Amino acid sequence: MPYEAFKDNEYIENLVQELQASGTNVLVGSLDKLINWGRSNSLWPLTFATSCCGIEFVSLGAARFDMARFGWEVARSSPRQADFMMVAGTIVGRMVPVFRRLYDQLAEPKYVIACGGCAISGGPFKRSYHVAKGIEDIVPVDVFVPGCPPCPEAMIYGIMQLSRKVKVERFFGGVNRQEKEQDFVKEHPVAAEAEKIING
Amino acid sequence: METTFDFSTITQWFNNLLLGWGLQPWLVTTIECVLVGVGLLLLYALLALFYIYFERKVCAAFQCRLGPNRVGPLGLLQSFADMFKILIKELIHLKNIDRFLFALAPYLVIIASMMAFSVLPWGPGLQIVDFNIGIFFLIAVSSIGVLGILLAGWSSNNKFTLIGAMRSGAQMISYELSIGLSVITMVAFAGTMNVEEIVLAQDNLWFIFSGHVPAIIAFIIYIIAGTAETNRGPFDLPEAESELTAGYHTEYSGIHFGFFYLAEYLNLFIVAGVASLLFFGGWMPLHIPGFDGFNHIMNYIPGVVWFIGKAVVISFVIIWFKWTFPRLRIDQLLTLEWKYLLPINLFNLALMVMIVVCGWYVHW
Amino acid sequence: MATIKEDIAARFPKATFDEADVLLINIPDDQLHELARSLRDDFGYDFLITIVGVDRKDSLGAIYFLSSTTQHTEISFQVTTTDREHPAFESIADLWSIATIYEREIFDFYGIIFLNNPDMRRLFLNIDWKGYPLRKDYDMESNNILSTESERQSDFTNVYTRGADGKIEVAEKAVFKPNDFVVNIGPQHPATHGVLRFRTAVDGEMITKIDVYMGYIHRGIEKLCESLGYPQTLHYTDRMDYFSAHNYHHGLCLCIERAAGIEVPRRAQVIRVIMDELSRIASHCLFFGTYCMDLGATTMLFYTLRVREQILDIMTKTCGARMTFNYDCIGGVMADVDPDFVKDVKALLATLPANLKEYNKLFVGNVIAEGRLENMGNMSREHAIQWGVTGPSGRASGWSCDVRKTHPYAVYNEVQFDEIVMQEGDSMARFKARILEIEQSARIIEQLIDNIPEGEVLAKVPKVLKLPVGHWFQLVEGCRGLFGVYIESDGGTSPVRMKFVTPSLNLAAVVDSITTGNKIADLITIAGSLDYIVPDMDR
Repeated sequence: MPYEAFKDNEYIENLVQELQASGTNVLVGSLDKLINWGRSNSLWPLTFATSCCGIEFVSLGAARFDMARFGWEVARSSPRQADFMMVAGTIVGRMVPVFRRLYDQLAEPKYVIACGGCAISGGPFKRSYHVAKGIEDIVPVDVFVPGCPPCPEAMIYGIMQLSRKVKVERFFGGVNRQEKEQDFVKEHPVAAEAEKIING
Repeated sequence: METTFDFSTITQWFNNLLLGWGLQPWLVTTIECVLVGVGLLLLYALLALFYIYFERKVCAAFQCRLGPNRVGPLGLLQSFADMFKILIKELIHLKNIDRFLFALAPYLVIIASMMAFSVLPWGPGLQIVDFNIGIFFLIAVSSIGVLGILLAGWSSNNKFTLIGAMRSGAQMISYELSIGLSVITMVAFAGTMNVEEIVLAQDNLWFIFSGHVPAIIAFIIYIIAGTAETNRGPFDLPEAESELTAGYHTEYSGIHFGFFYLAEYLNLFIVAGVASLLFFGGWMPLHIPGFDGFNHIMNYIPGVVWFIGKAVVISFVIIWFKWTFPRLRIDQLLTLEWKYLLPINLFNLALMVMIVVCGWYVHW
Repeated sequence: MATIKEDIAARFPKATFDEADVLLINIPDDQLHELARSLRDDFGYDFLITIVGVDRKDSLGAIYFLSSTTQHTEISFQVTTTDREHPAFESIADLWSIATIYEREIFDFYGIIFLNNPDMRRLFLNIDWKGYPLRKDYDMESNNILSTESERQSDFTNVYTRGADGKIEVAEKAVFKPNDFVVNIGPQHPATHGVLRFRTAVDGEMITKIDVYMGYIHRGIEKLCESLGYPQTLHYTDRMDYFSAHNYHHGLCLCIERAAGIEVPRRAQVIRVIMDELSRIASHCLFFGTYCMDLGATTMLFYTLRVREQILDIMTKTCGARMTFNYDCIGGVMADVDPDFVKDVKALLATLPANLKEYNKLFVGNVIAEGRLENMGNMSREHAIQWGVTGPSGRASGWSCDVRKTHPYAVYNEVQFDEIVMQEGDSMARFKARILEIEQSARIIEQLIDNIPEGEVLAKVPKVLKLPVGHWFQLVEGCRGLFGVYIESDGGTSPVRMKFVTPSLNLAAVVDSITTGNKIADLITIAGSLDYIVPDMDR
């Protein structure tokens, strides 16, 4: 897709500028480009759905929306082999540890899309005694897709934004993902707790 | 036959060239081995990537979809992107597993399929190793793969992988019998185990035509058993997604998973390749006895194209199975093998022997 | 009704009666079990619809709703206690198997202990959860739900009994046998259709016991409803069983309309029924797809989704959404149908028979499918009633339980259609029953689509809706079975108690008893054929 037709995301524009500000080595830069080309064009989702949004995710795979066009149809059931997690649905108290563990089981580089009102903020169930008010407290989120449930077009747009984000990442030299992860842990007590559990 | 280009002239020339430079024979052999090895690896990877793309497109066509079409022209680069990603994806280190066996398993699987790859007849003279028990060797090395799968399932310390591996063990060992027997049927017909000779014996007429009834039965059994042997639907129990998440390779990530993934598709090619070798003449062009003009035209199409073309068509049929049928259950799977395929196969072997002895096959 | 009342009054002198739309018998705790047995055996009320827990601030109680599978009438009885510290009632789990689960739910929400229930654990919430959330005095912030520490697992369940001295005694009981090899299927597993968890004890590939864990998507909808006005509660029904969104909405609207005495315009009633049946077709279509995908025949999903997309197009034009429509509202429907509605529906009906034929050809006649489905997960009529398995799954077992026939609502009594009842009771019957139901739904729509009367679609409804003091119970037929709404009002703008009776809870509960002895691969076949929706059971 030509760049002009798609430069509607200020966040990513800023991200690109920030990354380009420090300049790049020619060799490393082109290697980065190759890696990012591979990564951004091969985003395999984890089959993970808790409620309504999951059904729209099924529709996304079907003939009308056909996410296979972009190469996203290789939905892996094992988190080890998936690249991103489409959190489609409400995350409730009992699910929180399971959900965090699934995130931890994903192999790097891993991304999270918060899909639908429930995953973003708790949605219509915000005031419930058992519903997490958004998954941002639990795992770092890369893209938010609003809606209840978001229509498949919105989901496609969301994954395309993720793909663009991956494309401007830096494998060599840039800020390491692991460092970012550590920053996230510092800011979010829930994630810190999970980290502690993993490290025994 | 005369017009078909023989690839061995090139290899001979290359060999003589190296020797002509005054290199020691052992060095020449080493250089050749390395070159062949690199070529094999490249071909292996390319073919697997093509197959992944092929399956995704075919599956999309069956499901009224488009399939990959964004990455590169017609989505042709899709599987390359997948490969780049898988290459640099994190290899997760697990606690409480048998590290050595866990790391060994994917290599066993991929080495087994690579070794089987080496005896396939690509074209006249275009074969990596050609020896008198080629078919036997093929069957022997392809059984190493199941060892890798069993190890993978066992060493992961996970109940799903263990169940997947056990199913896989039961399934592959059972279906190996059918593969073996249907291959033996054809070997009995050809009278040789040498791959080159089997191909040349089909110069006038492919075995599926000259061997008529027993050959067709053997082919049907072979294609069923081959589908089971490659763990593909409707026999994909070891990695039955809805039951065992991802079966024996649930715990593998990154390139280790990539090996399983590649080997799965390459095994598909190998099964199809062997089918084309035994029943459809390998690289031998389609010859209809009596139609000399037609045969002559057919000879202009290179053997490599014939071989790959036949293999792709047969794999298309196997892919077709997968996207049409629901999955069998483990006991139904074993019943099919032991109660139906095996007796039919034994009977068919006897029939073939009788036909060969009595000379009732189609002579040319 | 009068004779039953007199009969019961004669047998249970302590009972008092409360005439609501369903006769309510107030019974003291010590006669609860006896009354339940008597109602089941002597009066023919053999189907336990639900048990509703209530908290009336000064007292805790449980209301039992029973139905007769032959007379199709309902009756209810209630026990209450003022003891908020250790409330305990007699269990009726020995009379109805499904009561085990219902009582666990009430224990989870209200802390009421049911004596002699063989499995008195929490159902939806963690084992260490503090407090009982549906009690009126529950502090919403008292539990930290963001803990990533894995929840404590116990292989033991509690059985409470009343000792000789009247005190409640606890005994521990192991869930599994000591040597069981337990495979944990779920909560994140492709075959569980959402976040449900089966702890499955296997012997080789044979299943010996399944322990169903729910609550991974328990959102506390019933509690949330208690703090909202009636029109605001409607949208939650969309999000329980998202395939029966219209049907559930319809049920709740009917209940509120009856309580408030609102007359729904006829045009709206007809539109509601057409929408209900369209969602039924869409829902069953998706069932075929996902079920066949579970069995490995992925391609079927894409063929069935084609019909679903066509229906969603019709819905989008009228309701403006693909899934959570929020279309029915109190007093009618939100907006009139799209001008293209009739044309689009007719186009759908024209292509439907060909599509159904294709599904039959692709899957039903397939040798492998027959081998996998036939004689798999057999459920007898008695078994279905014991576990309250309604909907197509119950009807495939020979239990005629279609609410559209037994308690016709809206315009269902004016249309001709057959109730699909099959006798086999296996997975194949459950599969076929749905295909036949689609045909009947199409028949209903055919009769109505040309006869949508002109007129208003929305009755006059007060801006602030208050229901009079009392309680109401309404049944409708969802796509997966019987959906019930219980509303208790104290005259205010929001309900004191709003209970949703959802079919999926029963469908998940019955999995254990019909899979035992089959192979682990059959768990997918059997559980899939029941077609439960996880958010529907967890609510």
